[in-house]
Amino acid sequence: MSATEVLRAPHPHEFDPYKLGHGNGGGHHDYATGHGEGGPASKRVIVGYGFWLFLLSDIVLFSCFFAAHAVLQTATAGGPTGPQLFDPFSVALETACLLTSSFTCGLSAVAAGVRNMLWTQVFLFITGILGLAFLLLEAHDFAAMMARGASPQISAFWSSFFAVVGCHGGHVTVGLLWLGTMMAQVFFKGFRPNIMRRLVCFNLFWHMLDIIWVALFTIVYLIGEGR
Amino acid sequence: MLGKLTLNAIPFDQPIPLIAGGLVFLVLIAVIAWVVIRGHLPYLWHEWITSVDHKRIGVMYTLLGLVMLLRGFIDAIMIRSQQALAFHAPGYLPPEHYDQVFSAHGTIMIFFAAMPLMIGLMNFAVPLQLGVRDVAFPTFNSTSFWLTATGALLVNLSLVIGEFSRAMWLPYPPLSEYRYSPDVGVDYYLWALQIAGVGTLLTGINFVTTILKIRAPGMSYLRMPVFCWTALAANLLIIAAFPVLTATLAMLLLDRYLGFHFFTNSGGGNMMMFVNLIWAWGHPEVYILVLPAFGIFSEVIATFSGKPLFGYRSMVAATMGICLISFLVWLHHFFTMGAGGDVNAVFGIATAIIAVPTGVKIFNWMFTMYGGRIRFTTPMLWALGFTVTFVIGGMTGVLVSVPPADFMVHNSLFLVAHFHNVIIGGVLFGAFAGVTYWFPKAFGFRLHEGWGKAAFWLSLAGFYITFVPLYAVGLLGMTRRLQTYDVAEWRPWVLAAGVGILVLCGALACQIMQFIVSIRQRELLRDLTGDPWNGRSLEWSTASPPPAFNFAVLPNVEGEEPYWEIKRRAIETQQLTAEPDYKPIEMPRNSPTGFITAFFCTITGFALIWHIWWMVGLGLFGAYVVFVWFAWRDREEHVIPAEDVAEADRARRRVRAQWLAQNEREEWLAAHAEVSEPA
Repeated sequence: MSATEVLRAPHPHEFDPYKLGHGNGGGHHDYATGHGEGGPASKRVIVGYGFWLFLLSDIVLFSCFFAAHAVLQTATAGGPTGPQLFDPFSVALETACLLTSSFTCGLSAVAAGVRNMLWTQVFLFITGILGLAFLLLEAHDFAAMMARGASPQISAFWSSFFAVVGCHGGHVTVGLLWLGTMMAQVFFKGFRPNIMRRLVCFNLFWHMLDIIWVALFTIVYLIGEGR
Repeated sequence: MLGKLTLNAIPFDQPIPLIAGGLVFLVLIAVIAWVVIRGHLPYLWHEWITSVDHKRIGVMYTLLGLVMLLRGFIDAIMIRSQQALAFHAPGYLPPEHYDQVFSAHGTIMIFFAAMPLMIGLMNFAVPLQLGVRDVAFPTFNSTSFWLTATGALLVNLSLVIGEFSRAMWLPYPPLSEYRYSPDVGVDYYLWALQIAGVGTLLTGINFVTTILKIRAPGMSYLRMPVFCWTALAANLLIIAAFPVLTATLAMLLLDRYLGFHFFTNSGGGNMMMFVNLIWAWGHPEVYILVLPAFGIFSEVIATFSGKPLFGYRSMVAATMGICLISFLVWLHHFFTMGAGGDVNAVFGIATAIIAVPTGVKIFNWMFTMYGGRIRFTTPMLWALGFTVTFVIGGMTGVLVSVPPADFMVHNSLFLVAHFHNVIIGGVLFGAFAGVTYWFPKAFGFRLHEGWGKAAFWLSLAGFYITFVPLYAVGLLGMTRRLQTYDVAEWRPWVLAAGVGILVLCGALACQIMQFIVSIRQRELLRDLTGDPWNGRSLEWSTASPPPAFNFAVLPNVEGEEPYWEIKRRAIETQQLTAEPDYKPIEMPRNSPTGFITAFFCTITGFALIWHIWWMVGLGLFGAYVVFVWFAWRDREEHVIPAEDVAEADRARRRVRAQWLAQNEREEWLAAHAEVSEPA
């Protein structure tokens, strides 16, 4: 439904049986598309809006795992505790990788904005490499902890730890698959409007993973370490 | 090679599920064979299976809901008949089978009957009411439906391959943990719900985006029909609550599959965390179901009272109030956990408070009817039956919101009677009202009034005969889910409830007859006007069934009841609006993506249930390939030429011109005088 089909009302409140909706609130008096009386929004707005809603739902999903981790914080059942096995240096490295990848992801969006194929691909590639490095470091971390006697089967604390951190890692893995698909799409199809919309969504997703990681770093590692 | 799956999975020693499953299987094969032999397959594939049209998807959702309602009702008959027979006797269902029956009954009724019915009606009506051509993400919409169908398929598959969960409709640990339920029943439950849950989440995102971002010009928030408001509230709840369900079930899956300790007895697990988490989803879920039903009743009551809805703004406020408070009451499902007096008091008060906006709605509906010219059609009867029944259910709800009273009836049949009272009286009556109300819009002919009214009266009577005795026997101390009992005082009440279910069987027969008779007499029941009920909102302004593009030109909304105003203006000026300038319309192309994704999800889900790991990999890989393939498509839309649009719309205008000629100006204005211009 394109904007050209939108017919403008001559007098917006002419037929309003109860003379309601005449105040300034209530979403009236806004003629921009996608607001108030302005008719349907553009596709770009619709896609972005829908994806924001998805991200919010994903954050709710994470918040459940965070809540479970908080509840099971002390449920180590006599096994090793977090501070005994965490490796702060490795976690700091992971953080650096992920935050830098968010920065390069943003740079790729800037490059895509000026339709520069080379730099878009370069920055997306660097984003992917940093994401992969993050995942490898995390896997190495997990392996090291397991070698020292931690595993999700040991206690509820470690169950919740591996679940919440693993859930984030799983998201990063899916993000990498998506990233590869996006690079191929940009390469073969160029900066078409639908590809640009997807790039926006991918950017939002990748930055959200950063936000989740910041929460993870704070709640699981920093607060966990301080216990 | 096949994981845990062996020939022993087929229950040769249990005749009931085997025969039931076998019958369903035979019927399914027969239907498929009929479709293929009669050459309907291409039609089904192009017009329905791959359709991304919200109206078609809505119809398919509703159909799925009705079929699964039948399945869930058969389970209900088994539960009631078992209890009727099981006084001092084992009855005919052994415990392990009876436990599956009540678990399946609850699971199916909530997830695969009530949810598809409500989502189906929202799918059908919301874009039409908003005056637009489709939802925000049409292909996701199709995917949502097929994922829900996958869940329903897995649940039904458990009849013949393996078994279903015996751990109740919400699989409380530790019973649902691997140690106590090592068979595949709980896994069927979990994977069916995980897959269907993704579909529901997509629906939530889709509809919130649609309602907030895609409305006809002039349709500001406070001009949206109340059904759109309730759909908005329900879908906001879906977005906020369904991830909680996904996360909780994922934790249980980790416990069961990988030996995690979230909810186990050992290793520091905390099973009450499951109960808290699941009800943090579960209570909003109640409102996800009932809010759209409230919306349907608002539409139905306003239409058949011939009056605008009373207290539109308070209705909106009440809806959004319920949306918010529904997240603050979950603990009332387990006051007996022992959280202490203060915590219980907070949740008890919040629960009592949530009855207030609901009460506001009841009064609004009553005042809408007051002074109106009420037409007692089938949808209106459902609405009237609802108001009375729901008030009773709400009262018993407020009763059990008081923690000390709740301690007395916790886990008793009193509680069972309460939630059936609100879910049958609210959600199910709402679904039936919605189906009869919008059926002529979807198919161009009305449902048969006689059979519809018979179904209503039998449902109403059957409901009371079944559940009033359960209230009584609950107060006498009978707990839920008893396979056998030996308390003589309970017996008469249980038998009375058994009689009630027989009456409900009659209601079911009338419902089925209603569809059969209506389809056979469709020429008699044909509605050519597109506005069979003298409706007030935009869905009635287009033809029945609506064209794929819904509206030739997006309507221009100038008030709360846009179609009523269009009609009034036409009568007053004795002419239709000028013929618009028709333009070509871009519509999304059909896509098999949803169906194929669901196909791979079915494979993955089945493989996960039976631990067939290579098949899991295959399914996931297939799903990823579909994702890339869908992303690679070049043409997303097809264009309907302006001539086709013009032809369709001119046909509609001819019918409306006839309507105009038949309605004398003075007569019509007099007939609608006091209702269209309130004091």
